[in-house]
Amino acid sequence: MATKASRSAARLMMAPAVVLLLGWMLVPLSMTVWFSFRKFLPLRGGDLGWAGWENYSRFVSSSSFWPAVSTTLIIVGSVLVVTVVLGVLLALLLDQPFWGRGIVRILVIAPFFVMPTVSALVWKNMFMDPTNGLLAYLWRLFGAEPLAWLSEASKESIVMIIAWRWLPFATLILLTAIQSLDNEQLEAAEMDGAGPLQRFGHIILPHLGRAITIVILIQTIFLLSIFAEIFVTTGGAFGTRTLTYLIFQRVLESQNVGLGSAGGVYAIILANIVALFLMRIVGRNLDA
Amino acid sequence: MGQIRLEQVTKSFGEVQVIQPLDLTLEDGEFTVFVGPSGCGKSTLLRLIAGLEDVSSGRILIDGKDATALVPAKRGLAMVFQSYALYPHMSVRRNIAFPLRMARMSRAEIDRRVEEAAEVLNLREYLDRRPGQLSGGQRQRVAIGRAIVREPAAFLFDEPLSNLDAALRVGMRMEISELHKKLGTTMIYVTHDQVEAMTMADRIVVLQGGIIEQVGSPLELYQRPCNQFVAGFIGSPRMNLIEGPEAAREGATTLGIRPEHLRLSRSEGPWEGTVGVSEHLGSDTFLHIHGIPGCDPFTVRASGEVDLRHGDAVFLTPDRARLHRFDAEGRRIE
Ligand SMILES: Nc1ncnc2c1ncn2[C@@H]1O[C@H](COP(=O)(O)OP(=O)(O)OP(=O)(O)O)[C@@H](O)[C@H]1O
Ligand SMILES: [Mg+2]
Repeated sequence: MATKASRSAARLMMAPAVVLLLGWMLVPLSMTVWFSFRKFLPLRGGDLGWAGWENYSRFVSSSSFWPAVSTTLIIVGSVLVVTVVLGVLLALLLDQPFWGRGIVRILVIAPFFVMPTVSALVWKNMFMDPTNGLLAYLWRLFGAEPLAWLSEASKESIVMIIAWRWLPFATLILLTAIQSLDNEQLEAAEMDGAGPLQRFGHIILPHLGRAITIVILIQTIFLLSIFAEIFVTTGGAFGTRTLTYLIFQRVLESQNVGLGSAGGVYAIILANIVALFLMRIVGRNLDA
Repeated sequence: MGQIRLEQVTKSFGEVQVIQPLDLTLEDGEFTVFVGPSGCGKSTLLRLIAGLEDVSSGRILIDGKDATALVPAKRGLAMVFQSYALYPHMSVRRNIAFPLRMARMSRAEIDRRVEEAAEVLNLREYLDRRPGQLSGGQRQRVAIGRAIVREPAAFLFDEPLSNLDAALRVGMRMEISELHKKLGTTMIYVTHDQVEAMTMADRIVVLQGGIIEQVGSPLELYQRPCNQFVAGFIGSPRMNLIEGPEAAREGATTLGIRPEHLRLSRSEGPWEGTVGVSEHLGSDTFLHIHGIPGCDPFTVRASGEVDLRHGDAVFLTPDRARLHRFDAEGRRIE
């Protein structure tokens, strides 16, 4: 695209896509902002006019707001830690030559293809059910009192379910990164006297830095808006109400669109703060 | 100290034996070059010595001690890889210091050795750069720096210059030779370039198909190749190998004569041919001669000023003292 003519032609041809994408993004966004300033109760009179900042102040001053924010951050943070740590270990394992590696690799990726609703239902009914679940059976096998997972260890259970689904994603990206590591570097380190742990710490982990950054950034974007896993399992009870879930309750259970929209705007702000924060810590890895 | 002995060493990958039973002693302080065509097992042999591969049978002794079962780090050898294998996320300083840090040396000692190596290798200005910000030759020097700070018993080089351009290669060749003179440490150097082998080595080991064909000083190999393969491999341009009645007259199956051991004449000589392509290098001219029975084309090295054209008839006279005779198995006949 060197000449003036080709540049303007390119602009013209890209215009439809750009306009479509902008519309796609801007229309819902501006509608959310618009509703957040209205008193809008669909079942109790519909649009009742201008509300000013009232929705915003009510959403924040509600006793469920800060717990929802902290729940969101705890769940997202824990899932990130679990998937990255286990992902690195699994990737290391899958990089080793062993019999049946091809099949094992496909099996490892499988959870990612299971729909969130389905995986949550399977976990809830097949594994975590306190009377019929496999885990309860296992507990009883060792003579322990079965755990009512979703009420007694609710956050941990949710983290487990979500991490199970996202672990394959992390593993896959980290595995390709490990495979791109030059074997001679590891051999050089071996000759230089680095043991297995030192090779991991000094060579493999720095090499994975960029891939880990990407895993964290992409997962954060998706994890901030997780919904199905909570809806299906605890329904937001037992301290598992995230910001997304709170907004859902405001709009659909309380039928207050204005309040929910204000929550939506807060969620956008939270997402941006988290993204900025992440970029600061890990974004450096993306330059170099 | 750095004497390395291989006793009946073999190596197989699955069914394929790539190193045949092999005995070799590399004396302390010697610069040995492994040379041979691609796939002959040079790298494998070097990696066996380094400990990066396990031998299938046989023993490796370093300074008289059995090192066959030792891990690479315990053998006291340093290796320079073809791809340099620098650690990309570390500065040059940290790259060079890495083996010392792994050996838990004191800060002061590490700094002293790194400075010293940087001095020797002209890397002073680059110590704080990343490998990605260096040229190929500089990277090579960093890789060598990382090897010399450990003060190893021997250095192992696997085609360290093959990624460099021709001019730089000649320069680095000299630098490595000089380093060897200065340190006096045993060095093993793998290459498939016979010019590198001839110019750098105290002793050359010619390999083919996992077998040692000949071991000797560069001049020995040049003057008395023990078989036809070594004769053809060492020397540039290649030795002319003549078969047929011409060779039979000398009592051999194959007769060898190097391009530089022939006298060229327009009027007289035992062998007659016509000039084909001529390669003018300035100092020398390599003439390809056609029409000599038993060897086509025949290469002759003439002076740079030789005035012969494509199609001219020429006569060749070999220097009889420098004819090489080989029998039907390719072995040298004395
Ligand atoms: N890991 C391996 N598995 C199976 N075969 C191998 C392995 N490494 C090397 N080989 C085989 O062993 C033989 C010798 O290989 P090697 O790398 O030592 O050759 P080389 O002399 O260094 O060649 P080059 O000059 O091309 O580097 C080759 O035929 C190669 O295919
Ligand atoms: Mg090789």
